[in-house]
Amino acid sequence: MPDLLKILSDIVGSEFVSDAPEEKYIYAMDPGTMPPCEPDIVVMPGSTDEVQKIVHAANTHRVPLVPLGAGLVLSGLSRALKGGIILDMKRMNRILEVNEISRYALVEAGASQGMLQAYLRKHFPHLKHSVPDAPPAATVAGNVSIHGSGHMSHAGGFHSDMLNGLEVVLPTGEVARIGSCATSPYWFARAPLPDLSGLFLGWAGTTGVITRLAIKLYPNYPLNDVGVFVCEDAAIMPDVLYQITGTQLAEDVTAWMTPKPDWAAGFLHCNVNYAAKTKQELIWKRNLIRSAVEKYINAKTGGFLPLPGMMKQRFLEVPARQLSLFADVRKGGGFEYVGAIMPVQLFPEAYDLGLDIAGRLGVSYSMGCRIIGVNHSMMFFYAYAFNRADADDIARAQSALEETNKHVVAMGGIPWKAEAPAQKEIIRRMDPNMFDMMRRVRSVLDPNGIMNPGNWEED
Amino acid sequence: MEYAEILHRCFRCGYCKLPGNYIDFNCPAYAAFRFETYSPGGRMWLLRAWQEKKLEPSRRFQEILFACTACGNCVEQCALPKIKDQLLAAFTAGKAALVDEGRVPPPVRDSLTHLQKYGNPYGLARKKRTDWAEDAGVETFSGHEFLFFPGDVGAYDSRGQEIARSVARLLKRLGVSFGILGNSEVSDGNEALAMGENELFRLLAEENIAQFKTLNVKKIIALSPHGFHALKNEYPGLGGAYQVFHYTQILADHAGGLSFRTPPTKMTVTYHDPCYLGRHNREYGSARKMLAGLPGVKLREMDRTMKNALCCGGGGGNLFTDILGNGPESPARIRAAEALDTGAAFLVVSCPACAVMLGDAVKSANLDKRIQVKEISEIITECIV
Repeated sequence: MPDLLKILSDIVGSEFVSDAPEEKYIYAMDPGTMPPCEPDIVVMPGSTDEVQKIVHAANTHRVPLVPLGAGLVLSGLSRALKGGIILDMKRMNRILEVNEISRYALVEAGASQGMLQAYLRKHFPHLKHSVPDAPPAATVAGNVSIHGSGHMSHAGGFHSDMLNGLEVVLPTGEVARIGSCATSPYWFARAPLPDLSGLFLGWAGTTGVITRLAIKLYPNYPLNDVGVFVCEDAAIMPDVLYQITGTQLAEDVTAWMTPKPDWAAGFLHCNVNYAAKTKQELIWKRNLIRSAVEKYINAKTGGFLPLPGMMKQRFLEVPARQLSLFADVRKGGGFEYVGAIMPVQLFPEAYDLGLDIAGRLGVSYSMGCRIIGVNHSMMFFYAYAFNRADADDIARAQSALEETNKHVVAMGGIPWKAEAPAQKEIIRRMDPNMFDMMRRVRSVLDPNGIMNPGNWEED
Repeated sequence: MEYAEILHRCFRCGYCKLPGNYIDFNCPAYAAFRFETYSPGGRMWLLRAWQEKKLEPSRRFQEILFACTACGNCVEQCALPKIKDQLLAAFTAGKAALVDEGRVPPPVRDSLTHLQKYGNPYGLARKKRTDWAEDAGVETFSGHEFLFFPGDVGAYDSRGQEIARSVARLLKRLGVSFGILGNSEVSDGNEALAMGENELFRLLAEENIAQFKTLNVKKIIALSPHGFHALKNEYPGLGGAYQVFHYTQILADHAGGLSFRTPPTKMTVTYHDPCYLGRHNREYGSARKMLAGLPGVKLREMDRTMKNALCCGGGGGNLFTDILGNGPESPARIRAAEALDTGAAFLVVSCPACAVMLGDAVKSANLDKRIQVKEISEIITECIV
């Protein structure tokens, strides 16, 4: 595409456009198991204006356009399934505003979680955002747009729930502001206007390019602690989670089950992270959280683990760096997971499913969940490690992921940031009128079908 | 290539792109170019693709590899403890494999050729190696306690020469007994090694070692952290084991002999950690100890400091090859801006390569009226009677 290469070079500068084999190779895949799909060109815009011009060019040439954050989604959503242009947003990484009193931050779409975290730590140490357990290079916008969750999700829900507003370049090139910022200089809320942000959340980049967004911030208390409730019976977990979240004292409630290390095998762990301004308040919260599950402690069916200092530090680390270690379990640099959004009552069934699949397919696994809201739902994850240098091992992990996706949907859950094949599985179960609406919305927004084609499509 | 067995183990999680506090990209090549290919993870995957014959080592491929400054940030930050220590070695092995095939970018080829022909990467005459010392009153080594080793930048670059003279004068003033090899000195070879030319490194090192042996050298003061690293960590493997010091360590040890001006010279400074002194050799204290001991000098640290410091972009031979360029997104320009943000009037360095890179960056960005790059002995000299 030499013409398009020249046009894009004129827009962003030749140093930020490439159709070289090296970029095509690397941008063809993410760290997960999905097969590579080569883009024709990779371009890195530096401003909304440049994004707008790129979108116009893509329309003129009828070329697919695939927005990319940090490329850490793992499920291949940012692969160019039908070729075209990868729009790498990482040059647009400024933190534009922090509104201290209204507790929100306005950032460009390429700003990383780590950058925002560091910026707040330096300039507004009493504020924080909800950090996902993705590596810190992951972008804020990418995580919000896939309905991610993080360390404040018990308190604040999905990261998409924490969204205050968006600036979006529509597939036809117009720049739209959504939320309070559409009518006000402040990015304080999506209410009370018609909430159009949903047109860009969960769509896997098929409806436009997010260029700016504002997210909610939360108090960053000086004292942080974690308690780890442990039990052996998955059947009690929904009630354990219900009781703990019912106190509304924690910031983050997560569960984890893993066969390694040996001491953890066979146990179900529930981490309860909480924070306070004073030691007195911290103790008060600790006691109330403990009393919420007292009946299990008294019955000796569960209890809180005594935590050595180093382990506690690891559990308090945000993001949890140790999660990356799972990629090296099979000495092979790979893992991918099904993150199933589902009601908390399905926990025991979800857990049994993971054990069954991992046992039958012989894959290295780790399972767990993050509670969203006050037990309103959970993101239950099934992570499978694989050795990137072993095609059979990758195939085993792929099979485990596919099977997990199918069973999750059958169970009543919905795979999060689903791979293109899993999207089709979801569509098969979806209310046909909802899917028809999705198609109609896309055809109106994107008449030339340029935005990340191949996603949210039927067979 | 060596280390091929670890290439597939990189998950590309991206911790390697960042400093420990995540404040901005900290891989110099990635910060400059921003394509994923230039990140440490990208390099790992590209090397694997080359080994599996999925990619040819094109000119761009070569430039991606040689844009690595060997700063060691990826080693420091990698989340996988079982492979992290081998990351840089893998990149250097990749460069070595390209060198073996004769497929290197022209500036790399030229630098290596110059090193081979002239014993320095500039391609300048060997007899000019001691020009820097002409009016510094430096003696030729003969039974002195220390050999002073200025390295290529200190010997040939005009800014490096100023620094070599300043350090030598200060050492003399402190009564340190030292001499230099003279025109027979050749490059320490560190950049040859970092560019994957292992054999050339061996030849250069052996030439120096032979002279050290003849002169019965026991202790060496290196001007450049690059030379310090090679002399301290690589020469012993070739039979050249010495007590090797960076000059800031000697200055810190002898600081008690200094008399300061009254009233003191007041200045606010920030300090840039050189990669080969810091991350590669864990030496963070000596320069700071010196600065803390200077009356009137206030040190303000940058956001990225010590093991999290952003490389100036001059390592891995890039000072000579200029693959990273000096555009607005070059690491040296980013670092200069970061220094300016501290409010300091002086960006203090302890490496002649950093001085050249950051000095150029300050000028290119038109910041020279707001902040000056000074080498630490120059700051000390301004403060003493």
